[in-house]
Amino acid sequence: MTYFPEEVVEHIVDFLGSHRDRNAVSTVCKAWYQVERLSRRNVFVGNCYAIRPERVMARFPWMKSLSVKGKPHFADFNLVPYDWGGFAQPWIEAAARGCPCLEELRLKRMVVTDDDLELLARSFPNFKSLVLVSCEGFSTDGLAAIATYCRGLRELDLQENEVEDHGCQWLSCFPDSCTSLVSLNFACLKGEINANALERLVARCPDLRSLKLNRAISVESLNRILARAPHLVDLGTGSMTVNHHTEAYHRLINTFLRCKSLRSLSGFWDASSCCLQAVYPVCVNLAALNLSYAPAIQGDDLIKLICLCFRLQKLWVLDCIGDKGLAAVASSCKDLQELRVFPSDIYGAGTTAVTEEGLVAISSGCPKLNSLLYFCYQMTNTALVTVAKNCPHFTRFRLCILDPGKPDPVTNQPLDEGFGAIVRSCKNLRRLSLSGLLTDKVFLYIGMHAEHLEMLSIAFAGDSDKGMVYVLNGCKNLRKLEIRDCPFGDDALLKDVTKYETMRSLWMSSCDVTLRGCRALAAKMPSLNVEIINESDEADEFQENLSDLHKVEKLYVYRTVAGGRTDAPDFVWIL
Amino acid sequence: MEDVKGSDGLGDTELRLGLPGTSTATRSAKRALPEGDEESHDELRRTSAAKAQVVGWPPIRSYRKNSFPGRKVEAEAAAGLYVKVSMDGAPYLRKIDLGVYKGYKELREGLDNMFKCFSLELSRREGGSGSEYAITYEDKDGDLMLVGDVPWEMFISSCKRLRIMKGSEARGLNSRH
Repeated sequence: MTYFPEEVVEHIVDFLGSHRDRNAVSTVCKAWYQVERLSRRNVFVGNCYAIRPERVMARFPWMKSLSVKGKPHFADFNLVPYDWGGFAQPWIEAAARGCPCLEELRLKRMVVTDDDLELLARSFPNFKSLVLVSCEGFSTDGLAAIATYCRGLRELDLQENEVEDHGCQWLSCFPDSCTSLVSLNFACLKGEINANALERLVARCPDLRSLKLNRAISVESLNRILARAPHLVDLGTGSMTVNHHTEAYHRLINTFLRCKSLRSLSGFWDASSCCLQAVYPVCVNLAALNLSYAPAIQGDDLIKLICLCFRLQKLWVLDCIGDKGLAAVASSCKDLQELRVFPSDIYGAGTTAVTEEGLVAISSGCPKLNSLLYFCYQMTNTALVTVAKNCPHFTRFRLCILDPGKPDPVTNQPLDEGFGAIVRSCKNLRRLSLSGLLTDKVFLYIGMHAEHLEMLSIAFAGDSDKGMVYVLNGCKNLRKLEIRDCPFGDDALLKDVTKYETMRSLWMSSCDVTLRGCRALAAKMPSLNVEIINESDEADEFQENLSDLHKVEKLYVYRTVAGGRTDAPDFVWIL
Repeated sequence: MEDVKGSDGLGDTELRLGLPGTSTATRSAKRALPEGDEESHDELRRTSAAKAQVVGWPPIRSYRKNSFPGRKVEAEAAAGLYVKVSMDGAPYLRKIDLGVYKGYKELREGLDNMFKCFSLELSRREGGSGSEYAITYEDKDGDLMLVGDVPWEMFISSCKRLRIMKGSEARGLNSRH
């Protein structure tokens, strides 16, 4: 095949979608490397510090879509200090210089400034889609720049970002000539919105299919918007506070009656049960429903709503649904694939409405279930074994027992056997989060059976270094390992240092690794960045007094071809 | 590694006039098995406080936590809004949990009870004439304010410490209004 002309190779390579396949192709020979790099349109960078942006742009000059991730996952839970890094600026600048054809940019857990957004808006004439997930550092002024300068923008999707509110004018910055919007999501914005400008924008974008409003949008406004956009497929409602005796409520019912294309619903910020009836007409077609921001919707009203959605594939709810509610879901929603149950009262008294019973009910009623995130206060081994038997198709299994280190309440045993059953049964498991009382044994099971595991999250678990070593030895496809508050130390860290080159990253916080161990790792593996984050006040004495045996607060290790980074703040040490 | 289910530490700072050896219900460090549903409200609150203090646990995005503003106030209530209370002339300070009071009336009654061993009368009106003491507090900005002006919820979220002061000094505060 190496003797085929370039055009033919290119044509063949075009059929390869996945990054991994394309990466493999590029290593065959120089000719194939060239063909592949010039024909690559989608580039994914899982760790912004693994490679310098200029190098990416130089290798893929015709790139159309770029996706970059910044901070480690535990940054979501405030474990990574605010100014640790993950800046979008060098990426946008390099792309502006090297890849003018860029059409799509997706950033996750990065720091994006208004200046960055303005540069982005002005630099790419064909820019079509901006997706920001869990980012921070920008305000509505940056959005105004995007709206103003991105002609032909199709998608602006802001998911769970921290955005500073500098007023509602940004929405009015979309020119009258902007008619190309397909997807607009500003649900995370905290401020007011110019409802008139929004209604006019929606009215002139006939291709709009996904619209997610923020809390500031009233029901009256929602009515007018939906009247202009009856072809919406995906809707995030605004505040949804409506008294069901008002005219607004009656109009709402009629509006939803006309939305025959709706397949996905979210929002319901301040919704109460009385507004739910308005939504009944669309339930039968819903594939996805997110009620996890609606604590006021509870009990029978909640159950009644969900049970109408018999085609549901994805459901996100609060735990006030209860075991009884989950049983009802299990008997109605036979096509369910993804379930997330969030805690509604995390500072509460320790009694939630969902237990292992709800999970077992779901597993027996919904055999197609493949993705789970479940917060509860207790779990039993028996339940997990049953779930494993009922649902062998899990690819993502995340269980969070809210009480750290809590054993099986019936037997007082650790949950090793339960999780062991999960990894044995679910041969395609790619992502796993553990919780509850766990010994080294669970890690032995994971190392032995979780062949396709790519991401593992561990907290308050294990007895000794052996636990971590089982995982590192056994899980051949492991890409991300994140550990907090476990008794794993230097011996485990240094057992097989070359393993980390096969992974994207390792995070360890509040464990037993010491400065000596980290230094040893850094010395042995120059291809890794070994970062130590020390925020305590002793940081000043760090230089002088710290013995090698000082335990490291937070350790972040990742493979890189970019060398040590130059933008790290004072409290981050790169060994 | 921290013992995350251990005491919340706040109870240790609470001064009591009780005899040594007497205390509220002891908190167990680890509860392996829940012993039925007999846990006292106090016990649950303290455990909640311990939980609330483990950084990054439970693993929920801040975005989601902050989406329920009402819940945040509950969180503070669960953790205890302890503030120091000093009284001019008294040899030692006390500490109270503002979260246990429903309003100004209960607060005044509580303080009255607490400091009655010093045979003092607390003012029941703002800077009340004819009575000896007024209740003031230090707010978030460090300013000395008279208790009772703002709505209760606002007060408990901004009060950093309380000071029971002599009426003669308190009259100076009145002139601020």
